[in-house]
Amino acid sequence: MEEKRVLLEYADQINPESAADYIKVGGYKGLEKARAMQKKDLIDEVKKSGLRGRGGAGFNAGMKWSFVPQDAPVKYVVCNLDEGEPGTYKDRIICEKNAQALLEGMAICGAAIGSDQGYIYCRGEYPFVVELLKNAVKSAKDAGALGDFDIEVRMGAGAYVCGEETALIESIEGHRGEPRFKPPFPGVAGLWAAPTVVNNVETFACLPYILVNGAEWFAGIGAAKYPGTKVLTLTGDINNPTYFEVPTDYKLRDVIYKLGGGIKNGKKFKAVQVGGTSGAFIPEENLDTQIDFDSMGAIGAALGSGAVLVLDETRDIVDTVARITKFFEHESCGKCNPCREGTFRMCEMLHKVNEGKASEKDLENILRLAKVMRKASLCGLGQAAPIPVESTIKHFKYEYMRKLV
Amino acid sequence: MINLKINGKEIQVPKGTMLLEACRQAGAELPTLCYDEDLRLAGSCRMCLVEAKGRPTLVAACVMPAENNMDILTESEDVVEARKVILELLTARHKFDCHVCEKDGNCKLQDYCYKYGVKESSFAGEGPHFYKEDPNPFIERDYDKCIMCTRCVRACEEITGADAINLEDRGHHAKISTAFNGILADSTCVFCGQCVMVCPVGALTSKVSAGKGKAAQNEKVLTTCTYCGTGCTLELNVNEGKVVGVTSNRDRKYSPVNKGALCVKGRFGWDFIHSPERLTTPLIRENGELRPASWEEALSYAADKLKGVKEKYGPDALAMFTSARVTNEENYLAQKFMRAAIGTNNVDHCARL
Ligand SMILES: Cc1cc2nc3c(=O)[nH]c(=O)nc-3n(C[C@H](O)[C@H](O)[C@H](O)COP(=O)(O)O)c2cc1C
Ligand code: SF4
Repeated sequence: MEEKRVLLEYADQINPESAADYIKVGGYKGLEKARAMQKKDLIDEVKKSGLRGRGGAGFNAGMKWSFVPQDAPVKYVVCNLDEGEPGTYKDRIICEKNAQALLEGMAICGAAIGSDQGYIYCRGEYPFVVELLKNAVKSAKDAGALGDFDIEVRMGAGAYVCGEETALIESIEGHRGEPRFKPPFPGVAGLWAAPTVVNNVETFACLPYILVNGAEWFAGIGAAKYPGTKVLTLTGDINNPTYFEVPTDYKLRDVIYKLGGGIKNGKKFKAVQVGGTSGAFIPEENLDTQIDFDSMGAIGAALGSGAVLVLDETRDIVDTVARITKFFEHESCGKCNPCREGTFRMCEMLHKVNEGKASEKDLENILRLAKVMRKASLCGLGQAAPIPVESTIKHFKYEYMRKLV
Repeated sequence: MINLKINGKEIQVPKGTMLLEACRQAGAELPTLCYDEDLRLAGSCRMCLVEAKGRPTLVAACVMPAENNMDILTESEDVVEARKVILELLTARHKFDCHVCEKDGNCKLQDYCYKYGVKESSFAGEGPHFYKEDPNPFIERDYDKCIMCTRCVRACEEITGADAINLEDRGHHAKISTAFNGILADSTCVFCGQCVMVCPVGALTSKVSAGKGKAAQNEKVLTTCTYCGTGCTLELNVNEGKVVGVTSNRDRKYSPVNKGALCVKGRFGWDFIHSPERLTTPLIRENGELRPASWEEALSYAADKLKGVKEKYGPDALAMFTSARVTNEENYLAQKFMRAAIGTNNVDHCARL
């Protein structure tokens, strides 16, 4: 099975900043079509396509838009380009190869919910993408392609939690990057308390193609319940550590052995972590799973952002997971008790295991804490932080056991 | 109206009611640390978590509106386990010196650890290291006892409007801080002590009262502040016949004017009460010398003199000058006395100067 390129079809053949280049390959036709439609029909078309969020939570995009109250005087379209999940670089690739599709997608969303102001929240470590996007917006505005839809590019300051949509909104407002409790959801009260749609870069970038080719066309690609393509980014002990765009019914084994070219240096496979640092570790026996949201969920994993981190047989699982707990300890915003203190203690305990100083009692404590963090934390960060720990204790328990005193 | 079930009991609440209130109505009181009904909701301590059947995670009752057909359990196994683990996480970063703590017996962390049988933490690694030395005469900032509920931050911003404190840093290293992690005196702090009022544990306490009697052992005497005419309600804390502190009474029924909020003078400026220099009897001047007198003698003496002046020179020869440091009611009585008893309009007040 080969890649299927939709978003990245013209990668490196067009200048991503240039609206003219994009228009030459069919760009801005989707927006034209969207603007000629009734808002309700447009939202229905997106719903029908089955497009689900590419930022991790997999929520139906059209459904999300339909929650926005039509009569609100001010509404916002916000693009999540925080891309803080380690090992994930697909949003950067989409911007670098096809930035105009993102802008068009945001304007289509604006047409659907009745908003003329968009914001792109860009990861602090991507200053060059901020430049690229600013030039792309200017080119599109100068060409008249966006009409009266305006887009402002905002830059984050390097906090992982600011990828969480409500922390992102707080950050745009100039506040400390801390998640809000929900409800109210951003669709009802988001940026400056106005109804706000927050979608991922990849979600927006799919929209022009859905409008031009039709909802049925999109719904027919890949897995039925999570249709379309997905841009994956490969890292770790793999021969081709690069990006690929595949239909969503693509199998994990093919990602690693066909596109990825197999394990580096002729070594054997040990585990793969999908969806970034908060993802589950998947053992060999589950490799024949499709990458779509629900199939991954069924094996206790998550597609998440589409990051694929491959570990070969020589990698020490406990050591790897101990490093991951340090990441969450560092990135927890500190708002809620289970995550603020939980990530800290989890990191302490995992290092204790890794240093060979822990007992079976410690392992019990780790699992006890993990469950409470998952169930009691305020936002997805604290809820997902224990997943790498739990999944490795489940699938690679012997690696833990051999380090206990 | 919204219909839902709480611990098996069917109840009805108006739309927009939070689960915390709905549970209360169903007879289930939930533990809370960050919740304060006068402050913006935080939803962050996660102590009021309840199980809503069918949801993958527990929900914080203080920030979750009741919805139709919800089936809520307030003390399920998962809920109790979560509360225990949260308490254990908090105790792992807490300096437990309850025997010498000002808040002993009046501390939410103590109460909940007792209720949920949390004796020690399963997560005892690095201990607390958050103490903030702050050389000011009023507020002790022992963040080794801080539970990070942020009630002080919200009270400072929303009740006083001083914005002196906020959060600094992230995760476990986050702490309550002034700008640039300085001392209160260098911040916009006005030392009103609203932060002390809302702190549910021993992290913020009064230096003026320190060592003079634990809150739980003091008798509380409801009274009105004498510093100005606003008429704030406060509670004098009395221990062995001596005033050892002032606390707030936040019940609107008793504290309609200030809802517990006080200023630096009302909260911390009560040490004059037992000053040896304080006048405790009326004095009458005789031959240029002041001598103590009884109230009865002094009042009769003043009344006779006032009457004498009125008879000889008429009522307009008398005037009353009152003070902003007495209550509105006392000022009312003063002008009433001058107008009705003496018969003059010569009444004035220091606040007009
Ligand atoms: C800790 C945390 C980090 C997140 N980081 C990102 C991110 O970098 N990019 C992103 O698109 N979504 C991220 N999300 C998900 C967003 O909250 C949100 O669900 C998403 O932007 C919605 O867009 P979508 O529906 O198009 O996926 C994150 C969520 C959490 C809890
Ligand atoms: S789960 Fe973690 S990141 Fe999310 S609000 Fe709580 S402390 Fe902050």
